Amino acid sequence: MLKIDNLHVRVGEAEILKGLSLSVPTGEVHAVMGPNGAGKSTLSYTLAGRSGYEVTDGTAQLLGDDLLALNASERAAKGVFLSFQYPLEIPGVPALTFVRAALNAQRKARGEGEISAPEFLKKAKAEAANLKMDFEMLRRGLNVGFSGGEKKRMEIFQMAMLAPRLAILDETDSGLDIDALKIVSEGVNALRAADRSMLVITHYQRLLDHIRPDRVHVLAAGRIVASGGPELALELERDGYDKYGKAA
Amino acid sequence: MLAEALRSGDRTKLPGRRHEGWRWTDLFGALTTVPPLNPERQALGSWSVPIALDGVVVRRFAAPIQGGVEHVTLEVPAGDHRVVLDLIEAGQGRYVRDLAFDFTLGVGASLERLVMIADDADAVSVATTHVQMQARCDFAQTVLASGARRQRVETHVDHPGGAGRVRLDGAYLLAGARHADQTTVVRHLGRDGESRQLVRGVVAGAARGVFQGRIEVLQGADGTDARLAHNGLILSDRAEIDSKPELEIYADDVACAHGNTIGALDEDALFYAMSRGLPEAEARRLLITAFVGEVAERIRHPGLRDQALIFLAAQAEAFDGEGR
Repeated sequence: MLKIDNLHVRVGEAEILKGLSLSVPTGEVHAVMGPNGAGKSTLSYTLAGRSGYEVTDGTAQLLGDDLLALNASERAAKGVFLSFQYPLEIPGVPALTFVRAALNAQRKARGEGEISAPEFLKKAKAEAANLKMDFEMLRRGLNVGFSGGEKKRMEIFQMAMLAPRLAILDETDSGLDIDALKIVSEGVNALRAADRSMLVITHYQRLLDHIRPDRVHVLAAGRIVASGGPELALELERDGYDKYGKAA
Repeated sequence: MLAEALRSGDRTKLPGRRHEGWRWTDLFGALTTVPPLNPERQALGSWSVPIALDGVVVRRFAAPIQGGVEHVTLEVPAGDHRVVLDLIEAGQGRYVRDLAFDFTLGVGASLERLVMIADDADAVSVATTHVQMQARCDFAQTVLASGARRQRVETHVDHPGGAGRVRLDGAYLLAGARHADQTTVVRHLGRDGESRQLVRGVVAGAARGVFQGRIEVLQGADGTDARLAHNGLILSDRAEIDSKPELEIYADDVACAHGNTIGALDEDALFYAMSRGLPEAEARRLLITAFVGEVAERIRHPGLRDQALIFLAAQAEAFDGEGR
């Protein structure tokens, strides 16, 4: 699904990713763990196509397509979804309106027809119920006045509606209490599928108790320095990141 | 002042830089001659507004061929409620018009008004409204403007206080080299009056937005609660917004607030929307429409509100391909 090879990324004057390589096979969930400043957010923003993240070397492919040649919306249409660490508030745009516009834009880019209003509403109601969200929240300005937990739930709701091929979850556990963490994790687990891959980016092992990864990678100073099974996360929790060196 | 110049043909009567309040909307500098007044008008434009909107008085004002002066009065009897949609329609070319409205509201009367003003890019167009209110009146107005060579919508409200309420909102979306000025003066004359103002503007290309909002609280008008906010978005290096919120307070016990912000489109929000699949132009349009849409959302009459949202969406559409 996702194949990253020798990725070098600069932000301003600083090189943050320094030859990062990573492969996520179709249907698998991989975790990327690392200390603050290792480049975790840079990795997710670079994959999602944020401007200001300058790729100076290396490649990133999604199902064989060159991701780096596409802008953010084109990547979304190809199936990339980034769940933001800090989801934005967009006053004046109800969540439902936003998601429907995004879904239809993606479908249009893929040459598919628009989703009908009743079909969309039915799906939205079902997904909101799964995430124990008050449906009325979806009629209000996107994320406006939402708590941290509500915003993360809204991210997972959008992910469910947009049905991406590759979901990147950037610090999805940050700001969540234990109940919200459970609901969000269940939501994510429900979206695991044979034709969908996930990249779970996190500082702490806690989230991985709920979303069990197939593989765990350690990101330190801009590259993947170790990879292993789920037990690697436990080891990091116990020993910390010290043995991988301090962050850049 | 524009009407006077048009009636007399005397260019020196045009308001301009040397007049307080016209510094940013210089008609003297914009017009080298004053066009003659003529009774003929251009054909009405093709607004997509239904002639009959449920419970709404729709008035259409056609542009003059060259120069036009018009004076319109409206009286809302005591206790009555009116909803008015004033469509100030675009003509073609370098016409110059001055529209004056005088509204009188009887005791306990209420009036909700939406003004949508469209003009040719070469036109000079001024619309001035004076509102006289009695006790317990409710006056709410929203002005939506798309600019002209020089365009100004000016509103004066004398607020007697009491249980009366005033809402004076506006939005402008300007592309090309268009200019729009929204000027308001609210005078709180008596105790316990409330006024609310939200004006939002977006400028692209080499456009210029002007906002002047003046609140006066006269002696004795204690307990006044007046709030005014103006927020502008500048989409291009060549575009400009000039704003001047003014408070003049001669009473002791008042709550007055004015906020004024001018910035660029939020790049984080833009990336967020694009990362969900909205192409850049569509994402920009969505954010711009939402930004000014909050002004429309304050309109109480649903039919009027819909017309406002349609107008704003159409204007936001016009930003596509504008230099940013």
